[in-house]
Amino acid sequence: MSFDVDVRCQVGEAAIALRFATGAGVTVLVGPSGVGKSSVLNMVAGLLTPDDGHVRVGERTLFHAATGVNLPPQRRHVGYVFQEPRLFPHKRVRANLLYGAPDAAPLTATAAMLDIGHLLERWPASLSGGEARRVAIGRALLSDPAFLLLDEPMSSLDPTRREEVLRDIERIRDESRLPILMVTHDAQEAERLATSIVRM
Amino acid sequence: MILSDAEWEVVRLSLLVGGTACMAALPVAFGLAWLLARARFPGRLVLDALVHLPLVVPPVVTGWLLLLAFAPGGPIGRWLLDWFGVTVLFRWTGAAIAAAVMALPLMVRAMRLSIEAVDRRLESAARTLGADPWRVFRTVTLPLSLPGIMAGLVLGFARSIGEFGATITFVSSVPGETETLPLAIYAALQTPGGENSVWRLAAVSVSLSLVALIASEWLGRRWGRRLHVL
Repeated sequence: MSFDVDVRCQVGEAAIALRFATGAGVTVLVGPSGVGKSSVLNMVAGLLTPDDGHVRVGERTLFHAATGVNLPPQRRHVGYVFQEPRLFPHKRVRANLLYGAPDAAPLTATAAMLDIGHLLERWPASLSGGEARRVAIGRALLSDPAFLLLDEPMSSLDPTRREEVLRDIERIRDESRLPILMVTHDAQEAERLATSIVRM
Repeated sequence: MILSDAEWEVVRLSLLVGGTACMAALPVAFGLAWLLARARFPGRLVLDALVHLPLVVPPVVTGWLLLLAFAPGGPIGRWLLDWFGVTVLFRWTGAAIAAAVMALPLMVRAMRLSIEAVDRRLESAARTLGADPWRVFRTVTLPLSLPGIMAGLVLGFARSIGEFGATITFVSSVPGETETLPLAIYAALQTPGGENSVWRLAAVSVSLSLVALIASEWLGRRWGRRLHVL
């Protein structure tokens, strides 16, 4: 079992309740915008605390309301690629990539895989949308995560870049075997990447 | 422009008082700015008002309140005397305290705005990358609010070296000890034939303030160029 999630949470006016248990590979969350897909990712990451339920990834319990387990985000070993890149503007690309890395050794290989090796000395403000997105993916991968959360990783990319990022995700899925929980509103993307699909 | 020895002493003392006031007020101002920007607690509005009080109360009143608190019979003055055997009355340290209190609201304001402007989403990104709250503070929040901290320091410094009312009420004007630029200028104005001295000291005053303002603008721009959050 990769993701075993059962959460209920009141976020402002919206009541979010979702339950799913999926196996290895990519779990895709689909649903109309505003239904709370990103909030579910935040609950899995520990950035938002559910009112009730549990979150388990692999063998680890990250949150369990009944027993009071609630690991802080920094101890969940999550690789979270947000909808917007959220690169640290005061650090160069290299420092961004290594921010969460326990070890700098995989930097070259990861940068090569994402084709961002030539950007290492640049400032985030000088990157294009697609480049920034790939740096954000690289930063999440280099933090040596136990699982990945991807929030609309292809949004606001032109078709060429979109195809590149899609291929990157396929490669990560097939090579690293990390459990991936991904949000998208694009049916084609979901179809192409998903091992399981969860509808909200 | 040649300053007399006494005038150099005034300039030296002003820099000492202003610098000390700013450095002493910096951690306090940052702590208050942080509380006001981030913490939610009962009495937050009252704290906010108290911090800004020296901005709106007549400086003479602030100086008088400081005098009550720091006089040998006052609550802080007695404690300083009993424990450390020191008094700040008629001393440059007292002038620095007056300057710090008057500069504090400006410093807190600038720092608070810059802390509020830090994108919280970057902090949560850092958390997911394994950073504990202290590391998030050191590596994300603090560097990103640095322009505001610098601006606050410069504003505070400029306010400190210009402080008049609270200083003269609290620690009086003692040449070589508490007579800073504005106090010396005022004294020279009261002295027959003191016009030349007034001109020189006023020129120094304006130059110091100008340099401080240009420095803060330059630092802010240099830093701001990179900070386009993606």
